[in-house]
Amino acid sequence: MRIVFEKRQEVSHAIRVLVPVLSLVFALVFGAFLLLLSGVDPFAAYAAMAQGALGDVHAVAETLVKAIPLMLTGLGVAIAFRMLFWNIGAEGQLAMGGLAATWVALYASDPLPNWSVVPVAVVLGMLAGAVWAAIPAILRAYLNVNETITTLMMNYIAILLVSHMYHGPWRDPEGYGFPGTARFPEVAWLPRIYDRAHAGLFLAVIAAAILWFVLQRTKWGFELRIAGENPKAARYIGINIPRLIIKAMLVSGALCGLAGVCEVTGVMRRLQQGLTVGYGYTAIIVAWMSQLNPWGVLLVAFLLAALLVGGDQIQMAMGLPAAMGLVLQGALLFPMLGGSLFAEYRLRIVRSGPQEALLPQASLAKESES
Amino acid sequence: MTESRTRESLLRMKGITKRFPGVLANDHVDLELHEGEVLALLGENGAGKSTLMNVLCGLYRPDEGVITVRGDRVDIQSPRDSYDLGIGMVHQNFMLVETMTVAENVVLGLQGLAFQPELRRVKHRLEELGDQYGLKVDPDAYIWQLSVGEQQRVEILKLLYRDVDILILDEPTAVLTPQEVDDLVEVLRRVVREGKAAIFITHKLREVMLFSDRVTVLRGGKNVATRSTSETSPEELARLMVGREILFRLEKTTCEVGAPVLVVEDLEALNDKGLPALRGVSLTVRAGEIVGIAGVAGNGQRELAEVITGLRYAVGGDVHVGKTCITNCSPLRAIQAGVSHIPEDRVGMGLVGDMSVAENLALKAYRTSELSRGPVLFPRRMKTFAEDLIDGFDIATPGPGTQVKFLSGGNLQKAILARELKACKGLLVAVHPTRGLDVGATETVRELLLEQRDEGTAVLLISEDLDELLEVSDRIAVMFEGEIVGVVPTEEADIDAIGLMMAGEQPEEEGAAG
Repeated sequence: MRIVFEKRQEVSHAIRVLVPVLSLVFALVFGAFLLLLSGVDPFAAYAAMAQGALGDVHAVAETLVKAIPLMLTGLGVAIAFRMLFWNIGAEGQLAMGGLAATWVALYASDPLPNWSVVPVAVVLGMLAGAVWAAIPAILRAYLNVNETITTLMMNYIAILLVSHMYHGPWRDPEGYGFPGTARFPEVAWLPRIYDRAHAGLFLAVIAAAILWFVLQRTKWGFELRIAGENPKAARYIGINIPRLIIKAMLVSGALCGLAGVCEVTGVMRRLQQGLTVGYGYTAIIVAWMSQLNPWGVLLVAFLLAALLVGGDQIQMAMGLPAAMGLVLQGALLFPMLGGSLFAEYRLRIVRSGPQEALLPQASLAKESES
Repeated sequence: MTESRTRESLLRMKGITKRFPGVLANDHVDLELHEGEVLALLGENGAGKSTLMNVLCGLYRPDEGVITVRGDRVDIQSPRDSYDLGIGMVHQNFMLVETMTVAENVVLGLQGLAFQPELRRVKHRLEELGDQYGLKVDPDAYIWQLSVGEQQRVEILKLLYRDVDILILDEPTAVLTPQEVDDLVEVLRRVVREGKAAIFITHKLREVMLFSDRVTVLRGGKNVATRSTSETSPEELARLMVGREILFRLEKTTCEVGAPVLVVEDLEALNDKGLPALRGVSLTVRAGEIVGIAGVAGNGQRELAEVITGLRYAVGGDVHVGKTCITNCSPLRAIQAGVSHIPEDRVGMGLVGDMSVAENLALKAYRTSELSRGPVLFPRRMKTFAEDLIDGFDIATPGPGTQVKFLSGGNLQKAILARELKACKGLLVAVHPTRGLDVGATETVRELLLEQRDEGTAVLLISEDLDELLEVSDRIAVMFEGEIVGVVPTEEADIDAIGLMMAGEQPEEEGAAG
């Protein structure tokens, strides 16, 4: 008697929705055990987290502050993943976007008309993110260099470059030696909605809408989906895959760069420590959990942001390490990945069966004569 | 079966039947192997050779039938069981770990291995075996450093190291140079002289004559004949392998041939392994005719189709479609020049399984103004476009929104045909368009090809099914080892002569190419 995995004939919609939901439940249960081990009542802790993240308008605003960069980087990562391009470089692309926006705010505010400072920062920031993403994209498209390594390595360059800029050349001369640039002039501020929650939220929603339209209703999105599902078929019907990879990565990098712009012009209003706090990595979880659906990205990003803010809350309220939020994030991804296996396959118990189930399907067998 | 008969045979397979969903891969097949002999298992693609050998190796379990090894009835449940019985197989795609050495690969998977294997003893034994059988390989070499021929030797060494008595080789010569083939013959001779025996799977007649003592021919999953090699001839084997029955007759009018559409001149290309696959192929297909390419798999047909459709780089020669030169152009340029392509690998290349039937039908037309304007697609038009094709080509699907992977084989192919014929602007390249299809679907596909021809399309039909070529095409070109060895009008075609050309025997009259 053995247990075999069988590919499901049909993947139901219910399962697609169920997997992320059950993953969340699993992560919460797993987290409850950890909290118990730390000597804390898990229900009280979760209640405190919920209160801290969603309890009132101020809490929601703070959750949105964290959700906006996750939404934008999540959208960026999702479009790259559609092409099976494993962009781990959202963090670096975000940093470069922030860097470009900072330059605009500090050095181009005066010559530019007031109304145009923020738009110029947005455009240049997106451009910077796109350029940063284009480098690994070109290497992959034409030289087949593994993008997981290059995008990851480019992160360190970008993060250290940003750090160098606010420690060195761009440091505020009147900042009493604190690392960080001067406060941006008011014309370079992204408008805020409530508390620190800023207009980046609208940009994220617009980006998701555009992305959804592009994927579902344009030739380019159609090609992207084909190339992601079956690259051989894409080549066969005449799609230029290297060019498609580069275009997708330009969009991906631009969205991540936009996240950086929003951080510096909307939240910090200066460039300082705290720009690169891992949104670009959390974006990978966002993209996977949303199953690369743009609307799903917005939802999941908000959820994970709530988890982060709530994690901070229990640190303050119950004296727990803030890493608790991160642990829960990690606990989310594992059942997600495992769950998608069960969405595609099902377990079957076979009584002294043959080994065929382990082999490629029978349909392959009949053509294996060639 | 009598006791005396079984004792002298090393292996007997009796009444082996293996069914796959919708396919009877082996239908009561018998096979017998004696000590000290090389048995050739001959048949076309899909004849059931590999299935039969996979049964022997424990990869598949037969639905019916009995296997006896050295007179004892055995039940082979896994590759491990098969090894324990002294049966081992060299697969067509070698099962070696590239980043490990020869010696390490040989001990991989051995049972009762020490935590740190004594590789010195392994190497010593390998050298002994190498001397004994003429299989020279450096035990310390990494697999990636070895040529394909050497890798094959490692595979054989692996079996000999495990004291295998029955060696199965799946198309062992497909990847070898002529010199390496001679070496392999010598190795096999030495191996069987030791009282072992070998089965090799092939579809090349010359190799049967060169290698084997006896030959068992399969066709359509059934035994056709078993002969002593010395008592048969390539002609007889070709006839046995290809068969003569014709399924049905299609109405075929004489063709009205127009101007040349596809002109291929001195085309040269390499296969995936970097070896020459096309060696100066020249061919013309005119509007309103079907030119069939006959040949055994692996003689350059696939590469020819790929070069014409822009999927493979040509190292020499030219391809013209109409007045456009498309040599080494992108697949898109080839499509724009008027090339439609029914690919060999339907699911892997021709379709996107997880996308809907409608989207798959639109894979080419989405660029046209019929389905899009500027960058924007029109999903509703895509749906009506699909519905028209589903009706027109009688594709059985729950609806245009169904994921295409849930369609049956015949309907998958109809979907590809519908898309390609709809988009066709001059040339259709069809590769094995009916392989694996049932009789009804086969007939439909062939009728569609003929219809397309009558509408003035030039059709290049690549097939291993001689009946199909005789039935559908107007001229038949035979490919062997990357060359066209002869072109004959179908009315004058003689199946025996074509079979021989496919096997590499030159035709007696001058083989006109072009």
